[in-house]
Amino acid sequence: MVPVSYYIILSAILFTIGALGVLTRRNAIVIFMSIELMLNAANLAFVAFARSFQNIGGHIFVFFVMAVAAAEVAVGLALIVAIFHKKNTIDVDEISTLKG
Amino acid sequence: MTADLIFFFLLAIIAVVAAVGMVRSRNTVYSALYLVLNMATLALFYLILGAPFIAMAQITIYAGAIMVLFLFVIMLLGTEQLAPTDNLPWQRPVALILAAALVVEAVYVFFFRRTLPEAVVQALPDGFGGPVNIGEVLFNQYLLPFEVTSVILLVAMIGAIVLSRRT
Amino acid sequence: MFLNQAVSAGPQFFSLVPLIVFFPLAGLLINLIFGGRMSEKAIGAVASTASGLAFVVAVLQAVSLASQPEGTTVPLVDWITIGELNLRWAFLVDTLSVTMMLVVSGVGTLIHIYSIGYMHEDVRHQGDPGRFRRFFVYLNLFIAMMMILVSGDNYLMLFVGWEGVGLCSYLLIGFWYDKGKDGIGNALAAKKAFIVNRVGDFGFLLAAFSIFWAFGSFQFNEVFADVPAAEAAMPGIVLAITLFLLIGVTGKSAQIPLYVWLPDAMAGPTPVSALIHAATMVTAGVYLITRSAPLYVTVPEAQNIVALVGGVTALFAATIAVAQFDIKKVLAYSTISQLGFMVAAVGMGAYAAGMFHLITHAFFKALLFLSAGSVIQGMEVGEHHVSHDPRLKKQLKLVGGQHIDPQDMRNMGGLRTRMKTTFWVYLIGALALAGIFPLSGFWSKDEILAEALHLQPAVYWMLVIAAFFTAFYMGRQIFLVFFGEPRTLPAEHAVENPPVMTIPLIILAVLSVAGGVLNLPGIHSLSDWLANTIRISEEAVSLAGGHAVLVGEFNPTIAVTATILALAAISLAYLIYYRRYQEQLKLPAARRPDDPLRAFAGPVFSVLENKYWIDEVYAALFVKPYNALAGFLADAVDWRFWHDWFHDTVIAGGFRLLSRLLALRIDLGVIDAVSAGIARFLQWAAGGLRQIQTGFVRNYALSVFLGVVIIIGYLILR
Repeated sequence: MVPVSYYIILSAILFTIGALGVLTRRNAIVIFMSIELMLNAANLAFVAFARSFQNIGGHIFVFFVMAVAAAEVAVGLALIVAIFHKKNTIDVDEISTLKG
Repeated sequence: MTADLIFFFLLAIIAVVAAVGMVRSRNTVYSALYLVLNMATLALFYLILGAPFIAMAQITIYAGAIMVLFLFVIMLLGTEQLAPTDNLPWQRPVALILAAALVVEAVYVFFFRRTLPEAVVQALPDGFGGPVNIGEVLFNQYLLPFEVTSVILLVAMIGAIVLSRRT
Repeated sequence: MFLNQAVSAGPQFFSLVPLIVFFPLAGLLINLIFGGRMSEKAIGAVASTASGLAFVVAVLQAVSLASQPEGTTVPLVDWITIGELNLRWAFLVDTLSVTMMLVVSGVGTLIHIYSIGYMHEDVRHQGDPGRFRRFFVYLNLFIAMMMILVSGDNYLMLFVGWEGVGLCSYLLIGFWYDKGKDGIGNALAAKKAFIVNRVGDFGFLLAAFSIFWAFGSFQFNEVFADVPAAEAAMPGIVLAITLFLLIGVTGKSAQIPLYVWLPDAMAGPTPVSALIHAATMVTAGVYLITRSAPLYVTVPEAQNIVALVGGVTALFAATIAVAQFDIKKVLAYSTISQLGFMVAAVGMGAYAAGMFHLITHAFFKALLFLSAGSVIQGMEVGEHHVSHDPRLKKQLKLVGGQHIDPQDMRNMGGLRTRMKTTFWVYLIGALALAGIFPLSGFWSKDEILAEALHLQPAVYWMLVIAAFFTAFYMGRQIFLVFFGEPRTLPAEHAVENPPVMTIPLIILAVLSVAGGVLNLPGIHSLSDWLANTIRISEEAVSLAGGHAVLVGEFNPTIAVTATILALAAISLAYLIYYRRYQEQLKLPAARRPDDPLRAFAGPVFSVLENKYWIDEVYAALFVKPYNALAGFLADAVDWRFWHDWFHDTVIAGGFRLLSRLLALRIDLGVIDAVSAGIARFLQWAAGGLRQIQTGFVRNYALSVFLGVVIIIGYLILR
């Protein structure tokens, strides 16, 4: 059998790649998609542990994560659209009015 | 090397490549498609791990609904190629270093500090991860979060409508 | 608290003796506190009653002593108790102190009564009714202090009284403190008296300290018992003590060289001159020497010095008195001269003779001063009449005089007919002073002369010549004041004084006449009376070779010689000041001398008139350099150096420098720099930290990620 730790390592790698995407890309939508990647990596970890400890709670949690992720995507994309209408760009570097 | 292991590594490589591709692709549509591939791979993983319901939910919700929504917005906003600028030159190197650190930490924890059950020895009980099982727990133990989640979805809907109004 | 030795048969009133001080004190307190609401009569009555009651107590003491002649001590309170010094305020009641008490309170009471009239006139003419009360308060204070002096049983209590009477003398000399030459003359005279007395007191204090050092005590009985032992332990100490005491005596009893205050003291009211400067205070010195007889008899050298000082002073002052024109100044120098007689007597060891003369002198000198006051008062009343009568005023202007000095004898004359009572009492006093038989002065002066011839011939000749001059200047005074025609208008209109002033004069005149009975030769009651106290062991006397004569002898030769000399002097005065003066008055004003003697011996007369310029010499030798030194210290040292330079420049300047340093360098430079520096540092830091807020979302995400990595790393490594 595949040891659970391999799944966890994979989850970590996927998470890291998602983080890199958030930090490195300037395209707002790509950043959002990287966030989704991170969430998926976390889901993978949950399921792996649920399988390992035979606790259905892991699946339930994944269920909720998915639901909230869906809601979040809806709102987030609406935001991006609204910003695009204002600034006519999806470059996050342009949204820097908080510059102190 | 058992078949499980080979299969696992195969899928893992596909997932990682897809992720990297998503992150590095210059074309936003390509990024979305890469992500879809990644999610599909994950669904397969879920199946291997004995979570059929979750696997189906993944395909349906994530790959099916969320990514489609993404593609809608991509189409709406135009897939412009952003001009390369040099606003934050330090950003990428530092990010890479930190990412490497995180990986190292994860490896360190899981290989040198904890003992995990090496192999998933026990067989899963019958129906584990199936809809009946999920449903039983969801509507008995986790009823409150379930209802709250529905409120969240409602709020998200209202929010999306409000935000996309052009006043 | 009150010791009562009821041993003898007769009545004992010794325990009452503290009242002799407390009656006058009570009188002065009543006048001080309630005087503002009392009438003049009441104030005078209270004061005179207080003095009178003190006299009664003195009489009672004398009665008690009659049955117990050794006397006793009545302790009152413990004063100082430190280490081996144990001083108490105790009343020594013996024949010597009671004699003094009787004289002081008796004469004092008469003068109190006289002062009622005198001060009434003074307030009437000069205004300021508060003066009346002040005068009697001071008089009572004087009586109290003098009683403390004569009744003390140790040297320090004596000194308390000594200082107290000095203070009262100052207060009373400067009584009219805003009058006198240039408005401060009287105050200056009072100051002079106080300061000159102080020099004498310095001598007294040296004596007191030496007494304590040698004997370990101040009490009379303890000191006198130990004289040979102390002299053996510290040779020469008794000589030193006696000489230091002499310095004190020259100050208080106006001998050479510290007599200069007494003539100036005439600036005070006449009753003051009578009481303090004729009868009582100045006799304190004589009392001191008499009391210290056991010390003096062991050092004949000191005795000689004291006698010489007395003799020289007697002669010196008598010569000056011849040339004085102020009626009171003549009497002042006469007092100094007579005090010289007394000091010479006690110096020689003739203690009884000295005390006898003290008593008789108190009678006739007080009489003379009070009568002089009466004369002056009459002159002032006369002047008052003249200036308020328009006819007379015109006449005054014609004569050319505006305001004349009522005390100058040259302005008097012919008062015999206008002030009859005053004339007769003054005559009696003058004859007593001159020593005419059978008045009191004759007996006392002749006793002194007899002793002097026997003990100190040099002093005898000085005293005889002084006696001649005494009779001469008194004759001069009588003829100038009372005989002839009035020389000025005020004299012409002088009026006799009311009985309240003349009755005490009459009483004193009677005493001057009859006082001789106190110590008639053969009976010598006073000598026996005093011998109870002045007990001097024969061996002590013979050991040291000193003199102590208690029972005086009567030498008829001397008596006759002295009387003839006095009569000769008076006749000479008659010739010069009656006959010749009347002739000279007929001369025109320009060629008329103010005194016939000036024609005889002009330069000598000037020397005498100017009192040998002693006051000027003292001023140049002592007063000027002292004032210069004081001025130097006050101005150069105290003001310019200390105040201007040290305080202003050094201290204030230094302080200002320091404050400038603190304000500018430290406060502005350091502290402000620190606080401003902190602000600037914060500004810099904020400016730096602000860079974090780049505004780029990706940066924020990076920092979050960084935090996550660090926290996970911490949790792992824990």
